[in-house]
Amino acid sequence: MLETRDRVEPWRPARAVAVRGGPWLLAAVGQFARRRPLGALGGVIIVGLGLAALLAPLIAPYDPLETNFLAMLRPPSREFLFGTDAFGRDVLSRLIYGARTALLIGFTSSILGASLGALLGTVSAYFGGKVDLLLQRVMDIFLSFPLIVLALGVVAVLGTGVLNVILAIAVPIVPQVARVVRASALSVRAMPYVEAARAVGAGHWRIIARHMLPNVMAPYLIMLTAFLGQAILLEASLSFLGLGVAEPTPAWGLMLRGAGVQFAERAPWLAIAPGLAISITVFAFNLFGDALRDALDPRLRVV
Amino acid sequence: MWRYILARLLLMIPTLVGVAVLTFLLLRVVPGDVVMLKYAGEGAFVPHETIEAERARLGLDQPLWRQFVDWMWGVVRFDFGLSMWTGRPIAHEIAIRLELSLQLAIMATLVAVLLALPLGTLAALHQDTWVDYAIRVLSIGGLATPSFWLGILLILALLSLFRWSPPVTFTPFLQDPLANLSLMIWPALAVGYRYSAVATRMTRSSLLEVLREDYVRTARAKGLAERAVVLGHALRNALLPVVTVIGLEFAFLIGGLVVTEQVFNLNGLGKLMVEAITRRDYTMTQALVLLSATVYVVVNFLVDLLYVVLDPRVSYH
Repeated sequence: MLETRDRVEPWRPARAVAVRGGPWLLAAVGQFARRRPLGALGGVIIVGLGLAALLAPLIAPYDPLETNFLAMLRPPSREFLFGTDAFGRDVLSRLIYGARTALLIGFTSSILGASLGALLGTVSAYFGGKVDLLLQRVMDIFLSFPLIVLALGVVAVLGTGVLNVILAIAVPIVPQVARVVRASALSVRAMPYVEAARAVGAGHWRIIARHMLPNVMAPYLIMLTAFLGQAILLEASLSFLGLGVAEPTPAWGLMLRGAGVQFAERAPWLAIAPGLAISITVFAFNLFGDALRDALDPRLRVV
Repeated sequence: MWRYILARLLLMIPTLVGVAVLTFLLLRVVPGDVVMLKYAGEGAFVPHETIEAERARLGLDQPLWRQFVDWMWGVVRFDFGLSMWTGRPIAHEIAIRLELSLQLAIMATLVAVLLALPLGTLAALHQDTWVDYAIRVLSIGGLATPSFWLGILLILALLSLFRWSPPVTFTPFLQDPLANLSLMIWPALAVGYRYSAVATRMTRSSLLEVLREDYVRTARAKGLAERAVVLGHALRNALLPVVTVIGLEFAFLIGGLVVTEQVFNLNGLGKLMVEAITRRDYTMTQALVLLSATVYVVVNFLVDLLYVVLDPRVSYH
């Protein structure tokens, strides 16, 4: 969870954070890995997961949707490394394909939510006055819903399905990111270069796009990585409640719902493997996000 | 000070009205209403007149503004009306579940505090040693573990180790404390561990900041024992942000434990909320959302007031 209320210090644009290609990037990655081994570990796990998701058809031993009523609830063995579920589907294959669902929904929803939040926060800080007041009040309203309740509400309105789940997760992220980015944007707005841009006659939107947004990249990236893990957790929770992606799509939360509870005693592997997958993924994203925050801006307190 | 309190209380009103309007409209955008869902279950042909009559009985044939004004007028008189699905008074439905949800929230918060304060302090005092790393990994792990999965694991462990599973029915604490705790302790542990993670990290970073302050150096210089310096001077001042985090979490715990309640088969406010949303029970959903928003706004306010009590430097004008 992020501590985004009251005590977030405005980000000061102290160091350039522009990332460009070439050897500079390689050097930066190398330095990051040396200085923050835990963060690098997170990064390695994330890359591994990404590869597993991309190459799922090549590495999964079975078709994740193929049911086999001759091999129902088989314990882990050499044939089925993580056992099979109540429909005889291979758990390992479903886990590998589940990474696709988790990463797809996690990335798209947090990028969508964080980008919209950053834009709103910047616009709010730039215009100030009534616009700011109105936007902040609206954000306050959204912030006073519990995360899961807001997501449930969106799912109830739009129905289940991948696209709607992405929206349901993105919506609660928007106000939280908007708050933090607004705080940073306020200090960026006071910078001489913004005044200079205005003096030479640049339009509002040009100033926002060219001068404000690039300078709130650090808090944006920090919030984005911090919410990636949260988004994956929320997706798992919604799927577990039966309000996320629908069967037979392989999704970790759904695997826990379908089997973990009912067959806990007869087939404990069904409960353990998907939960571990969720935990390790979120763990990796949190490690990486933490290290990135320390590297980009140690002053921003994100818990 | 009183002016500040009054201003904050007045500011709550537009926020809560906003929540009310938003919930009201969102619910009515959803296709299908409670009447359709009720009769859909029966399968038989239902004459159009019956449906219209039922809608009229529930007030769903009124114009939107009329429905909203009626609801709001009820709310200011603390009359939340009847559930559109069960027909029972909403206040009663919430009251019988509030005890469970409140108890779970309090117990989980206790678990979180009891874990977070000692662990966070320990990590700060041993910064960058293996103690610190172990505690950090433990708390990042807590953040990464879904509490519903932890719940499933707990149930699994109890079952396979002790051949014992938590009781199925809820017994009020005052009636039989032991039976009550033997059910409630597990979800409280699962949720508390997860929520302790945030508070542990907050305690650590806040204490590290405070330990660099001048008054801590002064306290050490005048020869106070390290224990007295940490517990008496540093921790007290480091607690402010921790209190914020814990307070806000507590607000979300009431009614926000939808998934954990599902795992432990608890009939709390979270379950009520999911049922109300899926049944299109407008009145019940509205009441529950407004309730949880109110709790959040009020706790937020109380946390700010607590700042004044804990830190004499903070004052509001």
